[in-house]
Amino acid sequence: MTNFSYFRPGDLNSAIGDLITHEGAKFIAGGTNLLDLMKENVERPARLVDINQLSFNSIEETEGGGLRLGALMTNADTAYHENVQNRYPLLSHAILAGASAQLRNMATNGGNLFQRTRCYYFYDLATPCNKREPGSGCGAIRGFNRIHAILGTSDQKPETACIATHPSDMCVALAALDAVVRVTGLAGERTIPFADFHRLPGDEPWRDNTINPGELVTAIDLPAKGFPQYYAYIKLRDRASYAFALVSVAVALEIENNRITDARIALGGVAHKPWRKPDAEAMLIGQAVSVADFQSVAEALTEGAKGYGHNTFKIELAKRAIVRALQQAAKLEPTP
Amino acid sequence: MITYVGKPVNRVDGVAKVTGKAKYAAEYKVPDLVHGWVISSEIAKGTITRIQTDEALQLPGVIQVFTHENRPDLAWFDLSYKDQDAPPGSPFRPLRDAEIKFSGQPIALVVAETLELARYAASLIRVEYEVENHETEFEAHLSRARDPKLGLASLLKPPPPKPRGNFDEAFAAAPVQVSGEYVHSAEHHNPMEMFASTVVYEKNDKLTIYDKTQGAQNSQLYVSQVFGLSFKDVRVISSYIGGAFGSGLRPQYQLFLAVLAARELRRSVRVSLTRQQMFTFGHRPVTIQDIKLGASEDGTITAIRHDAFAETSRFEDYTEIVVNWSGMLYPIPNSKLTYKLVPLDVFTPLDMRAPGGVTGVPALECAIDELAFKLGIDPVELRLKNYTDRDMDADLPYSSKELRECFRQGAERFGWANRNPQPRSTRRGHTLIGWGMATGIWDATQGPARAEAVLTVNGKLRVSSATADIGTGTYTIMTQIAADTLGMPIADVLFKLGDSDMPLAPIEGGSWTAATVGSAVKVACEELGKKLFKMARKMKNSPFARANLDDVLFADAHIRLKSDPSVAVSLREIVDQNGGHAVSETSTSTPNFLKLRKYARSAHSAAFVEVEVDEDFGTVRVTRAVTAVAGGRILNPKTARSQILGGMVWGISKALEEESVLDHQFGRFMNHSLAEYHVPVNADIQNLDVIFVDETDTIVNPLGVKGLGEIGIVAMPAAIANAVFHATGKRIRNLPITLDKLL
Repeated sequence: MTNFSYFRPGDLNSAIGDLITHEGAKFIAGGTNLLDLMKENVERPARLVDINQLSFNSIEETEGGGLRLGALMTNADTAYHENVQNRYPLLSHAILAGASAQLRNMATNGGNLFQRTRCYYFYDLATPCNKREPGSGCGAIRGFNRIHAILGTSDQKPETACIATHPSDMCVALAALDAVVRVTGLAGERTIPFADFHRLPGDEPWRDNTINPGELVTAIDLPAKGFPQYYAYIKLRDRASYAFALVSVAVALEIENNRITDARIALGGVAHKPWRKPDAEAMLIGQAVSVADFQSVAEALTEGAKGYGHNTFKIELAKRAIVRALQQAAKLEPTP
Repeated sequence: MITYVGKPVNRVDGVAKVTGKAKYAAEYKVPDLVHGWVISSEIAKGTITRIQTDEALQLPGVIQVFTHENRPDLAWFDLSYKDQDAPPGSPFRPLRDAEIKFSGQPIALVVAETLELARYAASLIRVEYEVENHETEFEAHLSRARDPKLGLASLLKPPPPKPRGNFDEAFAAAPVQVSGEYVHSAEHHNPMEMFASTVVYEKNDKLTIYDKTQGAQNSQLYVSQVFGLSFKDVRVISSYIGGAFGSGLRPQYQLFLAVLAARELRRSVRVSLTRQQMFTFGHRPVTIQDIKLGASEDGTITAIRHDAFAETSRFEDYTEIVVNWSGMLYPIPNSKLTYKLVPLDVFTPLDMRAPGGVTGVPALECAIDELAFKLGIDPVELRLKNYTDRDMDADLPYSSKELRECFRQGAERFGWANRNPQPRSTRRGHTLIGWGMATGIWDATQGPARAEAVLTVNGKLRVSSATADIGTGTYTIMTQIAADTLGMPIADVLFKLGDSDMPLAPIEGGSWTAATVGSAVKVACEELGKKLFKMARKMKNSPFARANLDDVLFADAHIRLKSDPSVAVSLREIVDQNGGHAVSETSTSTPNFLKLRKYARSAHSAAFVEVEVDEDFGTVRVTRAVTAVAGGRILNPKTARSQILGGMVWGISKALEEESVLDHQFGRFMNHSLAEYHVPVNADIQNLDVIFVDETDTIVNPLGVKGLGEIGIVAMPAAIANAVFHATGKRIRNLPITLDKLL
């Protein structure tokens, strides 16, 4: 760990101003991921701007009938919030499938969006990693890649190769719910649709998201539609709790008169961002629940999936998880 | 009279542990302490061409960086670096030269005034290497397999027995045959407590060392020999250990580095490893086993071939007993057993809970299950049909063996009689339910040890021996034995351990501490009792003037006449008349080898397991497990049960989760954190049940105990794998059974 200075601003403007005027500065909220990475020398911020004094720690109704989740609300307080549990149970379930009770008590909603990958090579300075050290190569692609991505990877050029996944559970549900991220920077406030917030590795695997330097996430807006009736979150992992997803699936359905009228499917653990494919979801619209062809949807969602050896099993596992999650959401299967 | 042995006495060290009063090696406060941070090699093989330490050394507060370039001259011969658990070969010497032998090798120690500074300074050190090709892929180098070198370690770990009968003919003639290749991955011990040493630099260059070790005297021996010090100048203390599982059987490299720095700087030094560095030394070796079984149609097993290949380092031949178990468990007339090593560019493997036993027995017990299925015989029935009261390899009868009773009681508690033998016969929705069972066996050994028993001037009993308690309950059971032997209330008995100044005890492992140190404690207390009785007889108006030792008993802190217990002298009275001095006795207990050599001695177990497998996802959950243990006399049912539960949990871990994965591009274990090296969490552990069957053994040792440290894990992996087969119809011979293997 390197030396760093520390500043705890009292308002948003000084937080942003301080970050911009100090090279190598980083925001810190719950610190559940950043501190670990600092201890491993993966992150070496010169300054930590602690935003915990800022007032983004509430959950409020939006004008459009949705909910605004403050960036500094903890994951635990969000998951157990009455309005979240009742109106967005998918989100509540996804959050509680992640980490441990202790971590969820510290981790914030904003911080959850900025979790870095759990790729072994990203964490180990003795190995190459384009995400950690641009241009150094990817250790995982020919190495131990059990937990790695099968969709949207970057594997053509050694200097930009990356098969890392985004590790969040919460973000998979937020992607399915079409959440909107509110950020504030020097230029003022803007909103980013959730699908555009995280990015695929492409030619810049070191960039996890599309936020600009100096911008701070202040809230996550949930649209009015919360799919409280027909939803499922399945997380498959190497032990019953406290492990990252090998594959996770968030499904949200709207069903009227036994016909599917809206469908969202997001996958976790398979790509550099929560994976959605609107045309695959569209296959479900208008179908009768009892005869819907979930297998074809699963095939369409995972189209183009590519395994790298240890993780090839994820392709089949993802398909099976999609089918099961659709069955559970449609109440064709009991939810355990 | 109150007795304690056999009662569920609470841990005597429990309060100290849960209130933080128990101190671990890295927790001792020492004045003017400086801190070392270990730098680990990033390559698996090659040579250090340059180490740039200038930038680190320029930081105020950084005291020194030790590397191979400035290491002082130390012991010359390999022998000096051999600890009590060293396998044949040439022990690794940290900072010896520029050569890199394995990834993660300690190559420098940064010493600074604070831990944070040492850690930061370490990040400024640049190392350049000349990289050579490493070989770490076990399966790719099987052709290099060779017989292990023999050495002192072979006494405790004998090579495979000579072939019996004629395997080839018998197998060829057997109407029913099974064969399979069984593999399990490397595992690291990963105790909660990281390895650490706090070296206190005392007056006259003496060292007091708080070390995480399973043998304080083993660390003392190592430090004395390597640094050319006399025993009296090196005291090693290891009062509490936050788990070890075998990893503390050898001194780890932080001890060497901390002592080196302390002696060079003439200051007290602490070195503690990180979790990542816990993956840079001994581990359970990757092992591949081929097993062939032949049987007649009635289920009599007639032939076995068991060939094991295990990994070791380039510099030492670590061995385990992997293939010898079949002859101990089954009366198979024709057998051929081999065990070979493949040296790789890794650190030397190291004993880990039930070393070899939980490697070889699960493979054998899966093969037996495969045979039972092929024969259409119930797995318990097949084992009973091939039951033996003799160890076929040693050709000796067992001193005791209540395995039959383990099968009976375990099966009854589990409800085994209701099992439908057909795989995939039980399901609930997508969940397949399977039942499996397996046998476990582990050696019941005893070594020599010494103990001191002291009746203090306050009339309390203080007993000590230089053994260790790695969480197993040693403190508690020794206190119980001492209290009973001298008839003292347990509150007046203090047992101490983990100090090299105490009477000699061997390294704590192999399930032999209860028998070894327990016998020494018993003898020391008996000898002290004799001495006290003699003193009582000489007292003025002694009621024992005409009595012999046989005429008295020790109860309620008194010596009493057996014929009239009201005639008594209190132990306090005796010590009061000793001129203000305590009364002490130090004794040695040695196994009765003449008697023991006529018998085979083992603990046995039977595990019964229920698993639920999601047929689409391949996720396995152990929903229920019963382990019945024949482990001789149970000194403390509470700590004993915890021992077995811990073994069962690790069995689940080994069967389903645990695996250190080497990336052969870098020759490096990659999942070196507890986030990615999976061990069970609470949610993985459901209904576990332990049965101790009655087993009386008058031969194995004076206490009749067999040790319980390993037996709890041995049967579990095969029972789980067999249950997974019963649930799914899929035979997974490669542990751990992660979900991808069942898709």
